[in-house]
Amino acid sequence: MISKQKKGVRLDQISKIYIDPKTNKKFYAVNNVSLTIEPGSFVTLLGPSGCGKTTTLRMIAGFESPDEGEIYLGDQPINALMPNKRDTAMVFQSYALFPHYNVYDNVAYGLKLRKVPKDEMNLRIKRILDLVELSGMESRMTNQLSGGQQQRVALARAMVVEPSVLLFDEPLSNLDAKLRVSMRTEIRRIQQTLGITAVYVTHDQAEAMAISDKIIVMNKGVIAQMGTPREIYHHPVSEFVADFIGEVNFLTGNIVKTDGSKCTLKIAEHEVIVDNPDSFPVGKECKVVLRPEAAILADAGALPCKVVLSCFMGAYQNYHVMVGNTLVKLADYCPVGRKTYEVGDTAFLSFREGCVHML
Amino acid sequence: MPMKTRQGAALERKKFFADPAMVTTIALLAVLLALFILYPLAMLLMDSVHVQETETILLETVLSGDADIKYETDESGRKSVRVLDSKNKENLIALDDLTGAYGSLFVKNGRAIRDGDTIDPAKTYIKFDKNYWTLDAFPRIFKDYTFNNAFFNTLKLGMITSFGAVIVGLLFAYVDCYVSVKSRIIKKMFDVVSTLPVVSPPFVLSLSMILLFGRGGLITRKLLGIYDSDVYGLSGIAIVQILTFFPVCYMMLKGLLKNIDPSMEEASRDMGASRWKVFTTVTLPLMLPGLGNAFLVTFIESVADFANPMMIGGSYDTLATTIYLRITGGSYDTTGAAAMAVVLLSITLVLFLIQKYYLEAKTAATLTGKASRARVAITDNSVRIPLTTICSVISAFVILMYIAIPFGALFKLWGRDYSLSLKWFEQLFRDDGFKAFKDSFILSIIAAPITALLSMIISYLVVKKKFHGRGAIEFISMLAMAVPGTVLGVGFIRGFARGVFRTGLLQGIYGSGLILVIVFVIRSLPVGTRSGISALRQIDKSIEESAYDLGAGSTKVFTSVTLPLIKDSFLSGLVTTFVRSITAISAIILLVTPRYLLITCRINEFAEKGAYGVACAYATILIAIVYAAILLMNLCIKYMGTSRRTKVKEID
Ligand SMILES: Nc1ncnc2c1ncn2[C@@H]1O[C@H](COP(=O)(O)OP(=O)(O)OP(=O)(O)O)[C@@H](O)[C@H]1O
Ligand SMILES: [Mg+2]
Repeated sequence: MISKQKKGVRLDQISKIYIDPKTNKKFYAVNNVSLTIEPGSFVTLLGPSGCGKTTTLRMIAGFESPDEGEIYLGDQPINALMPNKRDTAMVFQSYALFPHYNVYDNVAYGLKLRKVPKDEMNLRIKRILDLVELSGMESRMTNQLSGGQQQRVALARAMVVEPSVLLFDEPLSNLDAKLRVSMRTEIRRIQQTLGITAVYVTHDQAEAMAISDKIIVMNKGVIAQMGTPREIYHHPVSEFVADFIGEVNFLTGNIVKTDGSKCTLKIAEHEVIVDNPDSFPVGKECKVVLRPEAAILADAGALPCKVVLSCFMGAYQNYHVMVGNTLVKLADYCPVGRKTYEVGDTAFLSFREGCVHML
Repeated sequence: MPMKTRQGAALERKKFFADPAMVTTIALLAVLLALFILYPLAMLLMDSVHVQETETILLETVLSGDADIKYETDESGRKSVRVLDSKNKENLIALDDLTGAYGSLFVKNGRAIRDGDTIDPAKTYIKFDKNYWTLDAFPRIFKDYTFNNAFFNTLKLGMITSFGAVIVGLLFAYVDCYVSVKSRIIKKMFDVVSTLPVVSPPFVLSLSMILLFGRGGLITRKLLGIYDSDVYGLSGIAIVQILTFFPVCYMMLKGLLKNIDPSMEEASRDMGASRWKVFTTVTLPLMLPGLGNAFLVTFIESVADFANPMMIGGSYDTLATTIYLRITGGSYDTTGAAAMAVVLLSITLVLFLIQKYYLEAKTAATLTGKASRARVAITDNSVRIPLTTICSVISAFVILMYIAIPFGALFKLWGRDYSLSLKWFEQLFRDDGFKAFKDSFILSIIAAPITALLSMIISYLVVKKKFHGRGAIEFISMLAMAVPGTVLGVGFIRGFARGVFRTGLLQGIYGSGLILVIVFVIRSLPVGTRSGISALRQIDKSIEESAYDLGAGSTKVFTSVTLPLIKDSFLSGLVTTFVRSITAISAIILLVTPRYLLITCRINEFAEKGAYGVACAYATILIAIVYAAILLMNLCIKYMGTSRRTKVKEID
């Protein structure tokens, strides 16, 4: 369906300054953000509320103008282009359907503006409505649709114009949890079918993991980390990223010895041998990023701990243990056949191979 | 770290100017608002501080060196004045030489009245054009008895009317929101009464006041046998104004009372306060800014009212009527009228600013959000019966006054012969009644779509667009609300009678139908804009953004998305303008020329002459037209308006 050349998006040192209405002081809502979005890829902007995701997206769409830097669509700088002259299409959080049009007219809006011939228009609308599974609802008014259906109309309306870039601003946040999961799969499927470049904003990390080729974690207007979901989860570059994506425990330790790709770490008076891919030197104080599923309890090992909570969750056994003075939360998946520890037991932490990351 | 926002602002500007349709619209709008609102008012202001008159001075006085003109010195140090010779060439001529023989003597800015071979300084006058700025006019008019009288009359009337209207409005609002009124008829009556005066021609109540309570009044003379009753004057105007303006207070206060959370009052009751105590300690303080707001709005209306004082004022002159009489009453004292207009404008403007920027914000701040629950209505008869009775009596009275109008047209001779006849209507059409209806109708129907569209465009720009001068555009279009019609009328006379800045530019519109249409538009613009703005504020901005995003330019967005979404507001703007225009009198009575006959001016003329039968016939037909228009609007909104969407049945 996409016949024209796919285009990527490039942000070159983009900043946006707003004036805080309360204090009347200027601040950076987006600060020196540079990123490249490959043609046809699905990139997610992820971050806590107020970190500048929407602002970044709206700068790409053209609703806001960057105060510093340049935005490129393909090779073309688009800073001075008005939103209606940019080859982007946005799916809004509130869907922003035209309430005075029916489904067909909503979807046809962009095509009519592009003066697409009647026959082709009908064909394209039919195809896109098939794709979002809304065939037969052409003549419904938008207030006669469920939330999920409205969402799909918004999606169809944006996609039918075959933009170079699709922009999504938390499109699923108005839906209930179950619908959210099925819709995100749908969005991903359609995006891959059409091969459109997509920029997706969310603050739901599970959603981001599920659909993205690449995640960009933002914090306070700057990029905290960029990478595939796997990289971000397993190799967060900062405590903020580690903490923001999934559950995490931090253990503080000192490197006392290095040995090739391994090193010996002293945690709470006990020495443990772990991977050292970044070749941290002896004497460095490190934070061990320990995901709940990255360690299990055993009867023997290097790092003793005390069980303070033990709780069966069905899919896993949930433990809270004290390592020295640090509380560590663990999730032991598939505990069947392994020993279950009770509150008050002393056990040993056993790190899974390759799952431990140090900062 | 220095923060640069320059690029962002520059880009915004670039995008802005890449949209020629919008830039042109804004520029055009700015010109229109400046030319037809700011400029006439500025001219008024200028007239009041700028003297431009011709003074005749005896040559002797000029020679004595004491005349109030500019003296200079020539190269040999002699005292001189600038003189134009017959070829209009300037010469600096010493006083000593002035009396010499000049075939024809011209002094700069002046002209010798008598010329000859020799000039006798004691017999020759020179005319000087004086052209200077001064604030003298204000002390002067404040010493003027007519003005002073009118000034205090206006303020007194404003006070009485606003107090009365707020109290009656509060009473109605309280009964509506707090008291259980069981009778359907009474409820219906309240509804009718609250909308009647808002949409009716301004002087209808005055007219029926005269019919019912005047010297030949049905009630005073026929029923009560009072032969010397005098409705003309302060009490007459005040009653009529209160009845005309209280519905606005009622609607405003009702909105406030609806937003007071009943649990607050219940808490107070719970602690042992009586109902009266609750009212004075909880409800009233919460409403205080709102009451102030209603008071000021009424005050402005009352002070600006022209039609009622004109018709029923008798010798009680207000500023509005005095200004009108100054201009039309033979003396043609336009400068004096201008100074008075400035005073009147200052009053309304100051009140408007307080109301809009202080009280409105305060009202919004004290009463936020909706009441959480419905209020338990008062069923206690000791409260219910007296309050309901008072309101019913007032309502019945207002309705009676409206009924008097058609009967005034149908009775053979009001006061003498109460048999029915159609002779007044016949006279109306034998006269030039038909032309009056045609002219009024056509001019108003032209003004309506212009105003409706213009106010939607203004609202769209103000709410949805960012540009410099946005605030100014909003302010100026709202400003017209604070400008009394009479002031606007005088402003238009001063501004356009001799063309823009007295250059003759646009002079053609003066006295034409176009200027009447323009006045209609300006007078209704604030109402339409206000309704458009509040309608647009409720529309999620992303709906329009998505249209832009899909490739629509701003014109396309406005016509395909914005306008359809605020269709109701557009329709009501259309009808409101039509109604306001066809019932308008204050500004246009100063501007209308014999080429156009307007219904309202005809009614005024006939009422002045005491020909109440014909006046009533005009008024009856006018009321019928107005109601037909409103009915039509409600039908349109019902069947074509935006609310229709929700009524479409499920298709599947
Ligand atoms: N028009 C504006 N004027 C001033 N400040 C603004 C404006 N728009 C956004 N901001 C501020 O800029 C910062 C970033 O806002 P943005 O909407 O991009 O956040 P976000 O990451 O999308 O958050 P959320 O997840 O809550 O939607 C916030 O602090 C916000 O308050
Ligand atoms: Mg956001």
